[in-house]
Amino acid sequence: MKRNDLILLVILLAAGLGWLFAARTLVSYKGDEAVITVDGKEYGRYPLSEDRVIEIGDSNEAEIASGTIRMTKADCPNGLCLKQSPISRSGESIVCVPNKVIITISASENAAVDTMAE
Amino acid sequence: MKNRTAFLGVFSALAIILGYVESMIPFFSGIPGMKLGLANMAVIAVLYLYGPADALFVSLVRILVVGMMFGNMVSILYSLTGAVLSLSVMIWLKGKGWFSIRGVSIAGGVFHNIGQLFIAAVTVNTFQIFYYMPLLILSGTLTGILIGILGGEITRRMKGILLT
Repeated sequence: MKRNDLILLVILLAAGLGWLFAARTLVSYKGDEAVITVDGKEYGRYPLSEDRVIEIGDSNEAEIASGTIRMTKADCPNGLCLKQSPISRSGESIVCVPNKVIITISASENAAVDTMAE
Repeated sequence: MKNRTAFLGVFSALAIILGYVESMIPFFSGIPGMKLGLANMAVIAVLYLYGPADALFVSLVRILVVGMMFGNMVSILYSLTGAVLSLSVMIWLKGKGWFSIRGVSIAGGVFHNIGQLFIAAVTVNTFQIFYYMPLLILSGTLTGILIGILGGEITRRMKGILLT
């Protein structure tokens, strides 16, 4: 039984790392705009190139600076969203579950040329 | 087994305290669902010392009490999703006998995180956060083996005490 445990451990670690690596290299790209969604509906799109402070309803606030976006204010009980590091790549997200706010990254149409040159 | 009620009470209290201790350890990555799961140490010990029904009991008591003390109805619902999914998988795997307590705990840890991620995705109305699934699988595996080792130690030492 101990051997099966080890096999499970190795398989999960390999699968996890493999998936992680694959997702980052194949799917993830450096996006140029942040998309904020509240309760499933798009709230706004903002270019990452311009520093700005965004108020999301009266419960959250995000800030774009240095090409990344992060959550700067939130009134949710555990504030996990505030502890997440800034994001700038597609696939990454910052989520405030109680307030149903999600920040994601995508590429506007202009980005197509830039990302190919990357 | 003698004094079953009393010991289940002790294990429940232990699970509650472990839940509280965990909230004081800064294990934050911000990804919804990633946690140490220290309280599962007590739950899995009860699973191996007493059985599935008692393990479920201790798990539910812990979630309800901690939820009422520090959280709210919503946080209780979230905790329940991960815990019930995780415990169901652990009970099933224990019955299958393919793994020792460590393997079972690894599966428990992984499924606990998957459950939490799922409920977060449903709540926020998006599946974008499944991008973090590999990280949750990794963290669930690592915390699972840690809790499995500790839970196993508790089980090993308590077995003798409980049978006398």
